[in-house]
Amino acid sequence: MKRDTQWEVVIGLETHAQLQTKSKIFSGSSIAFGAEPNVQACAVDIALPGVLPVLNREAVVCAIKFGLAVGAQIAPRSIFARKNYFYPDLPKGYQISQFEIPVVSGGGLAISVPQGDFLRGVGNAGDGPKGVQSQATEKYVHLTRAHLEEDAGKSLHEDFHGRTGIDLNRAGTPLLEIVTEPDMRSSAEAVAYAKALHALVQWIGICDGNMQEGSFRCDANVSVRPMNQKEFGTRREIKNLNSFRFMQQAIDFEVQWQINEIEEGRAIQQATVLFDPDTGETRSMRSKEDAHDYRYFPDPDLLPLEITADWIAEVKSGMPELPQAMQQRFQTEFGLSSYDAATLTASREMAAYFETALDSAGKENAKPVANWVMGELSARLNKDGLEIAAAPLSAQQLASIVRRIADNTISNKIAKDVFETLWAGDGKDADAVIEAKGWKQITDTGAIEALVDEVIAANQKSVEEYRAGKEKAFNALVGQAMKATRGKANPQQVTDLLKKKLGG
Amino acid sequence: MSDLINSSLRELSAALATRQVSAVELATLFLDRIEKLNPSLNAFVTTDRAKTLAQARTADEKIVGAGGSAISPLCGIPVAHKDIFCTQGWRTSCGSKMLTNFVSPYDAHVVEKLAAAGMVTLGKLNMDEFAMGSSNETSYFGPVKNPWNVSCVPGGSSGGSAAAIAARLTPAATGTDTGGSIRQPAALCGLSGLKPTYGVVSRYGMIAFASSLDQAGPMAKSASDCALLLNAMAGFDTRDSTSLQRPVEDYGRDLEKPLAGLRIGLPQEFFGAGMDADVRAAVDAALAEYRRLGATTLEVRLTNSGLSVPAYYVIAPAEASSNLSRFDGVRYGYRAPEYADLAEMYSRSRAQGFGAEVKRRILIGTYVLSHGYYDAYYLQAQKIRRLIAADFQAAFQQCDVIMGPTSPSVAFAFGAKSADPVQMYLSDIYTISTNLAGLPGMSLPCGFGANNMPVGLQIIGNWFDEARMLNVAHKYQQVTDWHTRMPETLK
Amino acid sequence: MSLNLADVARIARLARIELSAAEAEATCGQLNGILGFIEQLQAVDTTGIEPMAHAVDVVQRLRPDGVTETDRRADFQALAPEAEAGLYLVPKVIE
Repeated sequence: MKRDTQWEVVIGLETHAQLQTKSKIFSGSSIAFGAEPNVQACAVDIALPGVLPVLNREAVVCAIKFGLAVGAQIAPRSIFARKNYFYPDLPKGYQISQFEIPVVSGGGLAISVPQGDFLRGVGNAGDGPKGVQSQATEKYVHLTRAHLEEDAGKSLHEDFHGRTGIDLNRAGTPLLEIVTEPDMRSSAEAVAYAKALHALVQWIGICDGNMQEGSFRCDANVSVRPMNQKEFGTRREIKNLNSFRFMQQAIDFEVQWQINEIEEGRAIQQATVLFDPDTGETRSMRSKEDAHDYRYFPDPDLLPLEITADWIAEVKSGMPELPQAMQQRFQTEFGLSSYDAATLTASREMAAYFETALDSAGKENAKPVANWVMGELSARLNKDGLEIAAAPLSAQQLASIVRRIADNTISNKIAKDVFETLWAGDGKDADAVIEAKGWKQITDTGAIEALVDEVIAANQKSVEEYRAGKEKAFNALVGQAMKATRGKANPQQVTDLLKKKLGG
Repeated sequence: MSDLINSSLRELSAALATRQVSAVELATLFLDRIEKLNPSLNAFVTTDRAKTLAQARTADEKIVGAGGSAISPLCGIPVAHKDIFCTQGWRTSCGSKMLTNFVSPYDAHVVEKLAAAGMVTLGKLNMDEFAMGSSNETSYFGPVKNPWNVSCVPGGSSGGSAAAIAARLTPAATGTDTGGSIRQPAALCGLSGLKPTYGVVSRYGMIAFASSLDQAGPMAKSASDCALLLNAMAGFDTRDSTSLQRPVEDYGRDLEKPLAGLRIGLPQEFFGAGMDADVRAAVDAALAEYRRLGATTLEVRLTNSGLSVPAYYVIAPAEASSNLSRFDGVRYGYRAPEYADLAEMYSRSRAQGFGAEVKRRILIGTYVLSHGYYDAYYLQAQKIRRLIAADFQAAFQQCDVIMGPTSPSVAFAFGAKSADPVQMYLSDIYTISTNLAGLPGMSLPCGFGANNMPVGLQIIGNWFDEARMLNVAHKYQQVTDWHTRMPETLK
Repeated sequence: MSLNLADVARIARLARIELSAAEAEATCGQLNGILGFIEQLQAVDTTGIEPMAHAVDVVQRLRPDGVTETDRRADFQALAPEAEAGLYLVPKVIE
């Protein structure tokens, strides 16, 4: 391969999302995280002789929700199959999965790839353009399928006299494996897709998204090919990427490695690799070196899964509005910018908070409510390390602040003090705080006029300077007037009055 | 006391209710016979006198406590379980070295149901290893002997169940039937045995051989005994996805219905060259008896039934190869004493823990499912399975039940077929098609053939026709006494 | 389709069953006998026939989502060839 070849990266992702059920997909064991080893592994999970699987209805509901959320087809009849292989954390010697007819097929996800990213791996260091500025920030990633399956247990490699320990608590945990078409062309796109999917599965309430606990794990199929070549290159699969940062690093490393290999004249061999965060490199998995022959066949212990149109309709009626629809609505109904709409719909909790606040504050206050949620509230949550659901300040309380700014009861500056007070739990709403603290804005023109007169009388030096053309002196007078009212006067009113009196 | 061993379950029930005999006495009677006769028959692989007598005492308390009021007719009656049924606190070996140390921590649904009915467990019965065999020669615990002639096989895989009843070591037993494993040993030992419609009896706790074919059923001396047992064994179970949700039935409700007008279909394919003359003579005589009872016989066609054995030997090993993967020496069961690494631990534990026939079927099953062969073997066999099932539905348009021989020959000598797996597989040529179609089938004794060995008549019904089949069998048993015969030497 | 010794070795490896050379030889002959017998299925025209995976034509029943199992680790691990600290132990697994 010539060294000036331009390379295109091709990435497909397979994501395992752990479904938010109470019990396992085929047994009544708990799936709660963090239990003592093997105490949540019942007879079915450890595959005692004679036990049988029975499908958890809620796992199917999760799959239907997902299918609806990505505009996919939901199979009226899908089949569970056995994937046969031996591994100590796979108690039956097969994994129950779906093969020929998955529950969900097709559909896709619109993603936004952050600006400024460039297509990775295009060209070589010091040789030609390093990258092409990404023009399009919006992209649609097609899904091949999503299917239900059970998770395996865990192999613990810590030292048990040189042996491996097997914990089967996780065995049988319900998973939805979501497979994309090879649509992504850079690590940035892959990460953008993974983030969008991560947000979506949480939004529709089918997965808690906890990546540390393994509730959301991605495998990336990565290959490279010369630009404009039609055929895909040979792919290698990077297993178990459990953070977005690792995903980016692993793909970037893998892409560069593959390009180097090809340029050195070595062909890529299909392989399964692991990413080592310590070295930032990928390496081949020894346990996967065997050529696999999974001998899939329909599981005779499980009958065809039937999903009727009525059931789909019932699930649909209980689904939340989807983030994209909500973004559209925020723009058309409330006149928010697309950026604001996207920010407010980053999570269902934030969107709900915003909408609750808006209900209370009134539609006409959409922009200030949005600003408060995205600004003061988000900053404060961040500072305290809290999720929005745990905010000590309710949406109604926030709305009460916005309402009092809107009707000039308080200034923006005082509003921040009210916010802090409510955050600290002192007072039931803005009105109560304003009342208790005496922070009501002075709007009585007579009272302000008297104050302004006092300020003019007491600051003749500044008055003269202003009259001599020094604008700064005027600001000092406004400051004095505000100080005299302890911030409670309307600054605009003070300015207007001062101007009138001094100019007159 | 001694005629109690030949009593029907109804008679035992009456004797228990009227306190002519206690459950403890009855259990002791059979335990003593087991102790005396089992060493020469090898029908039981596990007994536990203390456990059995404890259950019998509980049954006696129930009977006394009930004071003649309604109680299960089976309360206090002894039963023995094929060692394929997980039985809590009892070793459950499935006839394999793999499970010689497996004391089950739970009860199979069938075990649970019969215990709830008050039946007293006498012990666990020998069987072909993992139910793979037609002669009981594949058991790790050695072959069961046919009580009618100890140099002959009892049939399989429920050979221990059949021999134990034939020798009157138990009045009733559980069996399982994947390709004929209840009916063929029932025929070879002169008993009545019923394989219900797939899904009527829960498979939970029954160690799987071929999941889409396996079905548990009762084995006893007579059809009326089988009806009582099936009443207790059948029923919906939430733990088995293939268990059918149907209204509770009394399978004995039609026992006494006259047979006038009954249309018996005789498949041409069941009366061909493969059947021995002595078997044919006994079956023909039985059919003549049915005509005397008012039934008519007509010829039907099961065109594809000749393909049932080859189709079965694709489907059953395929499912078995996967079902038996859990026996890996990790969580329970046999683990090889020496190995260098994980791969060797697996392959040695399985090589040493499984017998030859089981390994053969695992390998065949692995092959037919493997990449590049799936469509040609497995998928093709599944399509032929549908053709076989469709043949039966066409036949049942013309007739009420189908009859024919259960087995092409009477019990054969040990070793006669063990060298050639295919010859052994053909022992089930008349029984396998019902499993593929999911239909109920039963065998009842209909005379004796060569060397005075029992011959079985097979009755096949349409789905859920168990009550009808039991009626058809019972009426025959009221006018014949084959089902009451027992080996002279064991009296 | 006839199996050779290499095929038998591959299948035995997939099935995790150790076979000695002598066993492989004998097994090869037996498996070919069985395959020869099931070969007759190939001659049947099954065009348009739906494969039959289950004996009865019903659909999957669904279980309500709820935790119904309790901890029985001690009972289960009493059956284990090797267990320690609540874990099943196996020879070292290399990923």
